[in-house]
Amino acid sequence: MDAAGPRHYPDKPAKVYLFGTCLIDMFCPEAGMDALRLLEREGIEVLFPADQTCCGQPAHSSGFPEQARAVALAQLQLFPEAWPVIVPSGSCAGTMRHHYPEMFADDPRLRAQANALAERVFELSEFLVHVAKVSLADQGVPARVALHTSCAARREMGTHEHGRALLAQLGAVEVVMHEHESECCGFGGTFSLKHPAISSAMAGDKVDALKETGAETFLSADCGCMLSLNHTLQKRRDGFQGQHLATFLWQRTSGEGGRQ
Amino acid sequence: MNNSQQLNFVPASEFKQRASVAVADAHLRKSFRGAMDFLISKRAGQFPNPEALERQRSLAEHIRKYSLARLPELLEQLEHKLTDNGVQVHWAEDGEEACAIIVGIAQRHSTKLMVKGKSMVSEEVELNHAMAAAGIDALESDMGEYIVQLDGEKPSHIIMPAIHKTKEQIARLFADKVPGAGYTESVDELIGIGRAVLREKFMNAEVGLSGVNFAVAETGTLCLVENEGNGRMCTTVPDVHIAITGIEKVVEKLEHVPPLFGLLTRSATGQAITTYFNMISGPRKPGEKDGPGEMHLVLVDNGRTQAYGDEQLRSTLQCIRCGACMNHCPVYTRIGGHAYGTTYPGPIGEIISPHMLGLNATHVLPTASSLCGACGEVCPVRIPIPELLVRLREEAQHDARPGHAALRGQGAAKSRLVDAIWSGWAALYTRPALYRAFGWLATRFRALTPPMQGGWTVSRTPMKPAARTLHELMAARKKR
Repeated sequence: MDAAGPRHYPDKPAKVYLFGTCLIDMFCPEAGMDALRLLEREGIEVLFPADQTCCGQPAHSSGFPEQARAVALAQLQLFPEAWPVIVPSGSCAGTMRHHYPEMFADDPRLRAQANALAERVFELSEFLVHVAKVSLADQGVPARVALHTSCAARREMGTHEHGRALLAQLGAVEVVMHEHESECCGFGGTFSLKHPAISSAMAGDKVDALKETGAETFLSADCGCMLSLNHTLQKRRDGFQGQHLATFLWQRTSGEGGRQ
Repeated sequence: MNNSQQLNFVPASEFKQRASVAVADAHLRKSFRGAMDFLISKRAGQFPNPEALERQRSLAEHIRKYSLARLPELLEQLEHKLTDNGVQVHWAEDGEEACAIIVGIAQRHSTKLMVKGKSMVSEEVELNHAMAAAGIDALESDMGEYIVQLDGEKPSHIIMPAIHKTKEQIARLFADKVPGAGYTESVDELIGIGRAVLREKFMNAEVGLSGVNFAVAETGTLCLVENEGNGRMCTTVPDVHIAITGIEKVVEKLEHVPPLFGLLTRSATGQAITTYFNMISGPRKPGEKDGPGEMHLVLVDNGRTQAYGDEQLRSTLQCIRCGACMNHCPVYTRIGGHAYGTTYPGPIGEIISPHMLGLNATHVLPTASSLCGACGEVCPVRIPIPELLVRLREEAQHDARPGHAALRGQGAAKSRLVDAIWSGWAALYTRPALYRAFGWLATRFRALTPPMQGGWTVSRTPMKPAARTLHELMAARKKR
């Protein structure tokens, strides 16, 4: 979706900020810790500004721009140094990269600040591939996995390609495609609450497609999709569960494969 | 012909109810999924080169934006040119006016039968209903439209009106409703039955009606895209031809048509070109043997100027009605066209219906999207559909922005409770210390998480906070 064409990536930095996202903070903090571990292993110092909360996306997409802007403004001030801001969620990264500049369009000073921030916001897997240029050594047993990429991550950040590129480095991991791979999983933030029947139908189809691949697990770089699908599977009393991509990558390459 | 069944817009609560019924209908789910997959792959086959596609989309987008930027003068030019060509031009502010104009013309010609080519605008203005009320038969001649009309239904897709019906259902319908038709599941035979009926009607109709895909201002040419030849029959055999279209369909020059036409057919049905492309510039002239003796164009506003008046919402009118947004929509694929209850279903319906019917009746429609972006990605004229959905959500829940005109039904979904929820949310998420305290409490009291969490727990187990927040884990790590 980048009208400006392919993104230019900086050299590997010494320090980065980590923006953990509100969902990871409350519901899957281990994914945030695994993101941290992956970054630190590359010799990068990671700063986690303690005043971070949420990117503002839920209010933005629900039609409450004023509230979204207030929350976004609170984040805008948290990354004063020119270091990259790493976000282990494609849709939150997409909000900061593509929607912050629009949110502050009416204020030249904030707009400039938002533009500058947008330039250095990276989704985690994008950063690992293109900036940190990681080379991963797989230590796990042979595994078959499916990958679900959130729609915002796919369309705003190109995360599906970055996720695949990282998984391709894992020698014993086979990545299988699922039916209608690019289709939405039905999460959509408040959509899942407002239109449960439609959202459930979409989530149901997605878990069916993921399971049909015969994969042992599915991976996602977005906590929202992953939680929605995992809770759908739990309701079905199905033991098939997804993992955050960061967690899977860390477990496969750190010798901590048994950790859950 | 029975046109009595009216599927007008549905209130918010009914949309959800219809959607619930639709997603539980395994047969409907399977047939829409299959049909949409087919159309998706047909379209993909037409665009093997992504860069070329983006160039074509840019050109088409510019043509549509350029045309809209000059809409008032282009419409005036179109009217003059058509008038010079001998076409009578009528303006209709809403559906009622459009119907009154068409009924009036038909009555002046003592019309008993009008044959119709495919026209979504005629569906939008409920023309068949008005004709029936005036005692005039209005027969749909597009095969899909003919089928849904025969069954007292409305189209479930703007390009493929009967896509929700199976071969078996159509076989049963024809056997029951078409005099003399036996039961057959052979598609060729079914089409043969329909064509035999229609062939006779074309010969007897006093008036033929058609839609318009592109109206060219500089030449006064109405372009009509179709596959079945029924459009050509409707516009040439009866002695009176009435074309009806929305005011946004005008382009300045003939050379603006091919780029749009090429994207329309490829995006819609995955065809490089349709079987028929009609360019109609006026009635039969003295000495000519073919064509209607009299020709009319009805230009319909019906809420379009509301969209036109707003810089962002104006892009809604770039639409060339290909239907690719619905073909690629995961929501449309699961609930089908009828659940929306509007003439235009799917993503384009969600952004255009509020202008036609007001937000009071339609405010739920823009919320019926996960904002996945598939629609915007395939739109051949690059309408930013997800952004417009978000904008309409905002307009439905707030008074008009300062300096902006209120939309029809502005603020229809306003709710003090919802306002309070989002204000509370913002208060929490703009106060880091409070937010961390909230996280601390939520994790410590995670055992008390409510087991029922509204729509979420319909098909999911409840969301439960982790034992510690990431904030806490990060703080602990620092201390180590």
